[in-house]
Amino acid sequence: MHPYTNQGSQDTRSGFGAGLLELGRSNPHVVALCADLTGSLKMDAFAKEFPERFFQTGIAEAHMMGMAAGLTIGGWIPFTGTFANFSTGRVYDQIRQSIAYSDKNVKICASHAGLTLGEDGATHQILEDIGLMKMLPGMTVIVPADYNQTKAATIALAAHHGPAYLRFGRPKVANFTPADKPFVIGKADVLVEGTDLTIAATGHLVWEALEASNTLAAQGISAEVINFATIKPFDTEALLKSVTKTGRVVTAEEHQRHGGLGDLVAQTLGMHRPAPIEMVAVNDSFGESGTPAQLMDKYGLNAAAIVEAALRVRNR
Amino acid sequence: MASIYDYPSQIRRDILRMVHKPQSGHPGGSMGCTEFFTALYFDVLRHNPSAFTMDGRGEDLFFLSNGHISPVLYSTLARSGYFPVSELSTFRLINTRLQGHPTTHDGLPGVRIASGSLGQGLSVAVGAAQAKKLNGDKHLVYTLHGDGELQEGQIWEAAMYAGAKKVDNLIATVDANGQQIDGSTDEVLPMGDLGAKFAAFGWDVMHLEHGNDLDAVRAALREAGTRTGQGKPVVIIMKTAMGHGVDFMAGTHKWHGVAPNDDELARALAQCPETLGDY
Ligand SMILES: Cc1ncc(C[n+]2csc(CCOP(=O)(O)OP(=O)(O)O)c2C)c(N)n1
Ligand SMILES: [Mg+2]
Repeated sequence: MHPYTNQGSQDTRSGFGAGLLELGRSNPHVVALCADLTGSLKMDAFAKEFPERFFQTGIAEAHMMGMAAGLTIGGWIPFTGTFANFSTGRVYDQIRQSIAYSDKNVKICASHAGLTLGEDGATHQILEDIGLMKMLPGMTVIVPADYNQTKAATIALAAHHGPAYLRFGRPKVANFTPADKPFVIGKADVLVEGTDLTIAATGHLVWEALEASNTLAAQGISAEVINFATIKPFDTEALLKSVTKTGRVVTAEEHQRHGGLGDLVAQTLGMHRPAPIEMVAVNDSFGESGTPAQLMDKYGLNAAAIVEAALRVRNR
Repeated sequence: MASIYDYPSQIRRDILRMVHKPQSGHPGGSMGCTEFFTALYFDVLRHNPSAFTMDGRGEDLFFLSNGHISPVLYSTLARSGYFPVSELSTFRLINTRLQGHPTTHDGLPGVRIASGSLGQGLSVAVGAAQAKKLNGDKHLVYTLHGDGELQEGQIWEAAMYAGAKKVDNLIATVDANGQQIDGSTDEVLPMGDLGAKFAAFGWDVMHLEHGNDLDAVRAALREAGTRTGQGKPVVIIMKTAMGHGVDFMAGTHKWHGVAPNDDELARALAQCPETLGDY
């Protein structure tokens, strides 16, 4: 049985808000921009306490990305906030030219990623953003698992020079990582050690992977669970070390199969150590309206789906 | 000591020769903006070419939003002392720092943002202007935009923001040459009264009728400077002729992105005296 307990469910976006507020107090160079979603992004505490360092851009995401790039010229560290769809697909060329290619120290912070945004439906449920962002040269991509880790990752980003994408979500989910654990960019965490297969998970699916490992343990299957909170730079070493031991992998993410963590794991293993893989991800479709739990169930993104995938990969 | 009046002809020679060698690049807009670059870099801008820093604190900043007119930017930067004039011969060639469109990627001094994908530079300039305010830095931020570029929506997002939030340490200039790729701006998508549009967005609007008259451009930029700090961003709608300075290139969109051949180069250079020495 995995040793983690839910310390009380919280939304990862609130972890971002708390991290940003703490940064406001500890780092005088941090500024924040938001495109009319301050409450949704939990940026209101920062905006209230540091009005001179908060820029409300209105519903103008393209402009917000360019303005953030400009604010770095003069030494400021901008954190932009809007929904994940409007943080990436909506403004891809702005990020590509003004931020990534120009190597600007902008932190693109994206809430309401994936299906768990819920009832607003597919227009808002981006499932392609990890792929979009990880393709950009020099872009750091971080997808934390819970409130505590999102807060820690937010704080870590201010000390890291370079463009970065931080992806988090809307619903309250298990908060299980230690509150005071510093986030190390580029390092995956082995949460549970195991010998029969590796479950490589990211974001909201990490807790589901832990729950799946309990179910599997009850069936005598020893699953190693790794939290890949940094997608890029990818912790190749952690993956290869684990798969050398287990020989097979299940990936789990709230994202399209194309372009996500699964792709990255398959690429890494294909190049270094071929092994069977099963992917828990959205399979080339858009989302729809529903509660987060209903959607995760319908699209096969939960502990039960991970268990099924584990049983499949065991038989290959 | 070179006179400021020596620069436009020499910069035009540089532009023509730069695009001729790779048979690639954008001479038309570059030649139309030669007086603007001369006035800005050799008269108005308070800058430090020998000690370029990305942050540009304690300096005026310039952002080229219509990045395709990189030849005029590169020639001006080199002749200001940002990098050796001889490097102009590498424009658009493999391994060059003088990429087709400007970039920070290869560490070329004088460039603080990549441009080329149109419509992004005004937002960047607004951010840099806000950074100056946060830093208590009284220097100004300048930009240049094509008139066709103003068809991009992001320009108007930035314009709305700058007007509403009183970004009054910002001077944008529009290269109103009336031309873009597929024809005249009126043929492609008429933009109506640009000055009225900017005014409606809360900008202080200036009109410059003779954007290829060096002294007129200098005067306009100086006046724009005096109009900063009054609660409004300033825009200069600057009329120019695309391809100005060479009779067979002037006033047509044909030379937007076409390089002269050997014969055309010879005829063009004959109209632009070598005032400061070719690279
Ligand atoms: C976003 C974007 N769309 C299209 C282009 C292709 N393009 C390059 S220059 C240009 C015309 C620009 O017209 P204008 O701004 O008036 O510049 P001028 O031709 O006068 O130099 C176009 C369409 C581009 N560079 N960026
Ligand atoms: Mg034009």
